[in-house]
Amino acid sequence: MTAAQPIAPKALAIVNARLLDPASDYDGPGAVLIANGRIVEVIHGQATQRPEGVQIIDAEGRCLAPGLIDIRVKTGEPGNEPKETLKSASLSAAAGGVTTIVVQPDTDPAIDDPAMIDHIQRRGAALDLVHVRAAGAATQARDGERMAEIGLMHEAGALYFTDGDRVIRNTRTLQRVMSYAASFNALIACRPTEPWLSEGAVATSGELATRLGLSGAPAIAERIQLERDLALVEQTGARFLIDQISTEGALETLARARARGLEVAASASINHLCFNEIDIGDYRTFYRLDPPLRAESDRQALVEAVRDGLIDVITSAHCPEPAENKRRPFAEAQPGAVGLETLLPAALTLHHEYGVDLLDVLRPMTQGPAALLGLEAGELSQGAPADLVLFDAGAPVVIDAATLRSKSKNSPFDGRRLQGKVLLTVVSGRIVHDAR
Amino acid sequence: MTQAAPVTELIQERLTPFPRDHFLAAGDLNPPAALALLDLADAFVDFNRQSAKGVDLMRGQTVVNLFFENSTRTSSSFEIAAKRLGADVVTMPVASSSVKKGETLIDTAVTLNAMKPEILVVRHASSGAVDLLSQKVGCAVVNAGDGRHEHPTQALLDLLSIRRAFGDVGGLTVAICGDIAHSRVARSNVALLQMMGARVRLIGPPTLVPGDADRWGCEVFHDMKEGLAGCDVVMMLRLQLERMAGALIPSTREYFRFWGLDREKLAWAAPNAKVMHPGPMNRGVEIDSDVADDLSVSLIQDQVEMGVAARMAVLAALAHRRAGGAA
Repeated sequence: MTAAQPIAPKALAIVNARLLDPASDYDGPGAVLIANGRIVEVIHGQATQRPEGVQIIDAEGRCLAPGLIDIRVKTGEPGNEPKETLKSASLSAAAGGVTTIVVQPDTDPAIDDPAMIDHIQRRGAALDLVHVRAAGAATQARDGERMAEIGLMHEAGALYFTDGDRVIRNTRTLQRVMSYAASFNALIACRPTEPWLSEGAVATSGELATRLGLSGAPAIAERIQLERDLALVEQTGARFLIDQISTEGALETLARARARGLEVAASASINHLCFNEIDIGDYRTFYRLDPPLRAESDRQALVEAVRDGLIDVITSAHCPEPAENKRRPFAEAQPGAVGLETLLPAALTLHHEYGVDLLDVLRPMTQGPAALLGLEAGELSQGAPADLVLFDAGAPVVIDAATLRSKSKNSPFDGRRLQGKVLLTVVSGRIVHDAR
Repeated sequence: MTQAAPVTELIQERLTPFPRDHFLAAGDLNPPAALALLDLADAFVDFNRQSAKGVDLMRGQTVVNLFFENSTRTSSSFEIAAKRLGADVVTMPVASSSVKKGETLIDTAVTLNAMKPEILVVRHASSGAVDLLSQKVGCAVVNAGDGRHEHPTQALLDLLSIRRAFGDVGGLTVAICGDIAHSRVARSNVALLQMMGARVRLIGPPTLVPGDADRWGCEVFHDMKEGLAGCDVVMMLRLQLERMAGALIPSTREYFRFWGLDREKLAWAAPNAKVMHPGPMNRGVEIDSDVADDLSVSLIQDQVEMGVAARMAVLAALAHRRAGGAA
């Protein structure tokens, strides 16, 4: 016998919970039994007896759901570690009930080859906190011109391909990327932002941006670019994700495309579901986001799109920026906000304030992204990986950016009162965060 | 150094504390405060026309002119205003100093703050930058132009020029013409003129007028003939050629043909209409020299003179507030 035999995680039972499983549409009392990193049994209804010989956690009626999957997470690693490392991002994720993160390719250097995909996944696995996966760049160095090694990265485990916040301006390049990726059934994600209308913009065009003297891009810039992208999807047959949809006009375009049978997915950031352009009123750079915050009517349309299932994925759009990049005049500040730790309580405002069903709030953060990326996760079912989050949906919390685990503290939720507290995060059957 | 003249009774009488800690936007004023400043500025105009122009209202105090964006005209105007009030003035063209070496705006502010000036006069290319700075320092901050956001002392001096030409501002129709979209002068003037009861029209090509400008409570015109009809004041704006990226108007000659002010277009305004321009002018682009140099219609030189008086009024009122003084 060798000295270091791996020890199987101890069997664990979470009982007396309110199970919330969007995959099976179950919202009711139940218990989950876990062993060897997987869910061994899901019991619906009140369990009459408690299993013996296992660690038992009494949920006391709190919500137990599949761990959240966040498909849009920026880290500073590699290249800009003072912003965020994979470790600080993973700790932040664990504290937020996020059990899988997908790292964006806009690192330095960009994640644009199979070795980089492998590197991120290995580093993430070594941390042994949450599942760390990566998206690959669609073009080399995200230059928007030369196609990246989509096939090799796909093979290495890249979950999808995107140039991140950079728009592939060259329509011919995007057409080739889509058409090439289709042969690997690889998913391409693009930000719908018409680059010329949006050039230099730091806000959404409108009365407020004009009054504040800020350069604005019209909301229609999103729809115009989306129309282009969807036309290419139709032509190439690519699998496509509309990354960070944020306007009512673009949602209408999406609904029309779906109605005529186009299979495209769409994601929205939690920030655009919670804030509107008025929030930038005091030039507060924590609200300097990309895409910029939109009108209240756009925000409401997004909330409705979550309610009726038009939005497949809600992301934290986690984008750490240190103080020196944020403590600047609004237009000069770096856009972006951290969000891994606040994702769940922020998303729960859709339930508390707008009456969106809890399963419909959780679906785009669990089953939705899992189905889109082909991940074996996002559901409470026998045999599924034991990635779980236990939370108190009604517990009041006041967000204090200073206490966030991310290395950067740029949270627009700083000081906000929200409802929803993550109590326990379980990854592969192991407790990685316990705030009970 | 010339000896300080005694503060006249009139100035003393009209000196009231500024309503806020800083002067960042036209909206920091209210009608009584704006009127008080105009009255004080009026007193300074007369004072400035005498040979001994220095008073010691701000003796021993330090005013720092912090210009992150070059502007000889505004910077000199503030410098002269502060010096005439007896303050020690330091003018720092930061556009070419340590800020270029990576120091942030806030670092600069904190450093300057440690030198304990009483008033910082700041110009910056970014909207909101002056506001941000005001939150980090202990002294009073005057906005000398931030991005395309506000230039409140310009609006005040414009108001002073108009009031001296017409006796009152209320009831006048003022047309602001040209590059409204990029103009901080327009934003401050719209707010202040409306506050004082003037009707404001905005005139310019659709590419240079924000699409929602009609929500500012102004009438918007794209045609000079319609827009100028019956106007008492025609305020021309500098065409910010450097900010247009060459695409907002086809050419300067076409612009002049349709929106440049010449005798013919001026004739569409009210019979005794006055012409204004914040300077520096692009002659032959937004304004014809023939109009600009005609002292019977042009207030442009007055505006420069009023600039010093208006800024003296603002600095004196801010200093008065800091001293906690009653009038």
